[in-house]
Amino acid sequence: MHVVIVGAGEVGTSIAASLAPDHEVVVVDVDPDRAEQLKYELDVLTIAGDGTTSGIQTAAEVERADMVIACTDDDRTNLVTCGTAKTLGDGFTIARVKSTEYLRTWEGNEGAFGVDFMVCTDLLTAENIVRVIGLPAAIDVDPFASGLVQMAEFEIAAESPVAGQTVSEADRFESLTFVGIFRNGEMIIPRGDTDIGAGDRAVVIGSPESVQSFANDVAPDATPGRADEIVIVGGSEIGYQTARLLEDRDFKPRLIERDSARARALAEDLPNTVVMEHDATDTQFLSREHVDEADIVVTALGSDEQNLLVAVLAKRLGVDRVIAVVDSADYVTVFEEIGIDIAINPRTVTAEEITRFTYESVAENIAVLENDQAEVLELELTEGCGLVGRPISELVDEIDVRFVIGAITRNHALVTPRGDTVLQPGDHVILLVDSDDVGEIASMA
Amino acid sequence: MTRTIDKRATLSYVGSVLKYLSAAMLVPLLVAVIYAEDVWVFAASMAIGVAVGGGLERLDPDPELGPREGLAVVSLAWLAAAIIGAVPYLLAGYGTASALAHPVNALFESTSGFTTTGATALAEISFDRHSHAVLMWRQLTQWLGGMGIIVLMIAILPELAVNGAQLMRSEAPGPDLQKLTPRIAETARALWAIYAGLTVAFVVLLYALHLVGLAPEMDLYNAIAHGFSTLPTGGFSPEGDSIAAFSPVVQWVFVPFMVVAGVNFALFWYVIRDDPTEMFGNTEFRVYLGLVTGFSAVLAVGLFWGGAPTTAIGGATQGIAGNALRQGVFQVASLMNSTGFATANFAEWDIQTRFFLLLVMFVGGSAGSTGGGIKVIRWLILFKTLRRELYTTANPDVVRPVRLGGEVVDEEVIRGILTFTLLYFLIFAIAAMFIELDTARIGQPLSGTEALAASLATIGNIGPGLGPLGPFGSYEFLPDTTKLLMIVLMWIGRLEIVPVLALLVAGVDE
Repeated sequence: MHVVIVGAGEVGTSIAASLAPDHEVVVVDVDPDRAEQLKYELDVLTIAGDGTTSGIQTAAEVERADMVIACTDDDRTNLVTCGTAKTLGDGFTIARVKSTEYLRTWEGNEGAFGVDFMVCTDLLTAENIVRVIGLPAAIDVDPFASGLVQMAEFEIAAESPVAGQTVSEADRFESLTFVGIFRNGEMIIPRGDTDIGAGDRAVVIGSPESVQSFANDVAPDATPGRADEIVIVGGSEIGYQTARLLEDRDFKPRLIERDSARARALAEDLPNTVVMEHDATDTQFLSREHVDEADIVVTALGSDEQNLLVAVLAKRLGVDRVIAVVDSADYVTVFEEIGIDIAINPRTVTAEEITRFTYESVAENIAVLENDQAEVLELELTEGCGLVGRPISELVDEIDVRFVIGAITRNHALVTPRGDTVLQPGDHVILLVDSDDVGEIASMA
Repeated sequence: MTRTIDKRATLSYVGSVLKYLSAAMLVPLLVAVIYAEDVWVFAASMAIGVAVGGGLERLDPDPELGPREGLAVVSLAWLAAAIIGAVPYLLAGYGTASALAHPVNALFESTSGFTTTGATALAEISFDRHSHAVLMWRQLTQWLGGMGIIVLMIAILPELAVNGAQLMRSEAPGPDLQKLTPRIAETARALWAIYAGLTVAFVVLLYALHLVGLAPEMDLYNAIAHGFSTLPTGGFSPEGDSIAAFSPVVQWVFVPFMVVAGVNFALFWYVIRDDPTEMFGNTEFRVYLGLVTGFSAVLAVGLFWGGAPTTAIGGATQGIAGNALRQGVFQVASLMNSTGFATANFAEWDIQTRFFLLLVMFVGGSAGSTGGGIKVIRWLILFKTLRRELYTTANPDVVRPVRLGGEVVDEEVIRGILTFTLLYFLIFAIAAMFIELDTARIGQPLSGTEALAASLATIGNIGPGLGPLGPFGSYEFLPDTTKLLMIVLMWIGRLEIVPVLALLVAGVDE
């Protein structure tokens, strides 16, 4: 596949890195130094220049590209890039945007701006945050098979009743499957007798109800099913979108914003959110407003430093769960090591969303786990492919790849995979696979 | 940039308004010709109006209006209309025993008409004392003033439309001007067309009732006369007994049209444009209807339980459900939105029912209606603002906009509403004190409640007050000083105070 990526920032680089091994990738960036640098980092062709112009696009051979990904930091550049690409060829165009206004226009009329798929960074991040909020104790949640199936990753605390149990003891649910356990940065494929220890991270796949019930098992003290008190710190676009999505789910969050004009604008747009105008780094203010009693604090301020400060303050005040938006992907681990429960990086989220389009439409959906040690894929099985027609136990023995099938949906109904389950064409299979073997599994579907 | 008001341009505009307004005297002139009375009165008045208006118009052949001139044109045009409207009264009353022969009474009657107040300086209203033409002019002034004379002028005069939005803003009742079309002249025409259409429908309905024999008193003259005074929430009637002169069927027919007159006319435009949700989803409209219904029910029950002694007019209501309901509904529909018709002499009712009516009078109609008073939308925003202020006092960091029907209300609008309401109550209270002292001075003192009601009835453009100023009474006996004050009250009440006072402040600065 010939892929042209315009914009070599964190998002573009991350996408290029995951595509480079299997595809022919051309990366365009306005900054010649950046283009030069990337040429040596990745096995890709780089072109320095304005990606919106047809001259540069012709040089990148857009006319024969299967896919054009516009992921610069500027919405209009990305839209124009897709528009220009459509005049040259017929590749699938993906644009990254920040503004939800453009997204709404595009949703109302798909194909608008010459864009075939639009990814709204801030909205995606907010959706991610809201999913995590909906599931206490989860550090990552992703929906699969149009919401029939959920994948969730949990951190097992020492005081959790699950700690010390074996997988078969902990898995009391019919439609739930343990697909992976991360211990000290290593992935373990769980068996029935695998012990779950404190500090482990467990990945489960199953129906949303069973995942919810398991979440309550993991952390019975956390507010069951529903966080009452949610405080969002920072009225950035992500903060705003998070509040808006929470309002849609009948939550009444509190949002703290320092700038008075922005606070006013937010208060006008968010009728069911209590907007407070104050500096969130003021500890007296935080305790006066009983932020310590909040179930969840989300920090969505403009800079990583501020987010770190507020997140640490909130943790010290005794907030149950702190979710921090981290702009720089390098700091995600730093945040989590300090003790922040969940660090979400908007660029990773965006790259993940765009990358799922590159599995040549076999993988319907994808989630990346633990710094890309493993991925969860949703595959639609075709007639005569290598996975169809045999029981799962035979497949596991035969294929020399580390993977676990977590759930199957057949005719929009959930089928719990057992050793003797036989896969059929048309099934959607949600499986966890070692990142190194993604290509192999995808080619078998 | 000059800070002075361009007087020539202002007067020129006022002259144009005056000239075309005088042309409306063709209607009473026609009536005068039909009944062969007072023909010269209206011919002469029209000539004076056109001449004075045309003369003023020549002061500035190419007038330009700024915001200050806009305020001045609106304020002065209404004053000029009241003055030219008084001329036929003076001419017709000259040399007779009529109260209208007195200039203050004539100006009072004319102002009361144009501002759709409906307070009368005439002790005796009958065709024996006044010609059909004079009484028709009295009705017509209300109809001209109802939707606004400036709005009318913008609708018909292209040269006024240039600064139309500026002018209409100062005249439109309610906190904000609602533009329906890109061109202001089209908006003005749409509003007048709806207004005229509803008026014609009402007149036809009334006359049809007469033709089928359900309304013996409602002849063509009366049907037109009451059409001219119902939709503008006026309240004048050529009948001395107001609407009590007509059969119960006719009284019931008045109710929906009086209620409609208190609705924002822009909403009907949306209904015509096939968008009825704009109307039925409108918060002010729903609250307005809710208040009319609620107040009517309370008053009807009060009357049923004996809240009113049996009076000659209106009949007994105690224990008579039909009559109690009709009297209750009619009085609320008439007084809440400032019409001022009556089917019973509520000035003689019990103290509780009278106080209840006083409360009802404070509400007013909707923004963009022809009704006067504080208006439903202002009350809504006021209460929401007060609640917000109390909440933010306890939670100083919370930012909470005031919302009405899901829409955020601009802080600037809130400030305007607070200013208006404060001024309204301040002027209302001071005027009430003045009226009480002034009537005591001439030895015919009004009681405290009656003075308050008189002040409210004029600044709120309602018309009838309590005591001797009740629906079947007259303002004639009041001292001239009080009448002059009331003329000012009606004038600033119709223009919603701020334009006139802002002009005064600008004038003082100068």
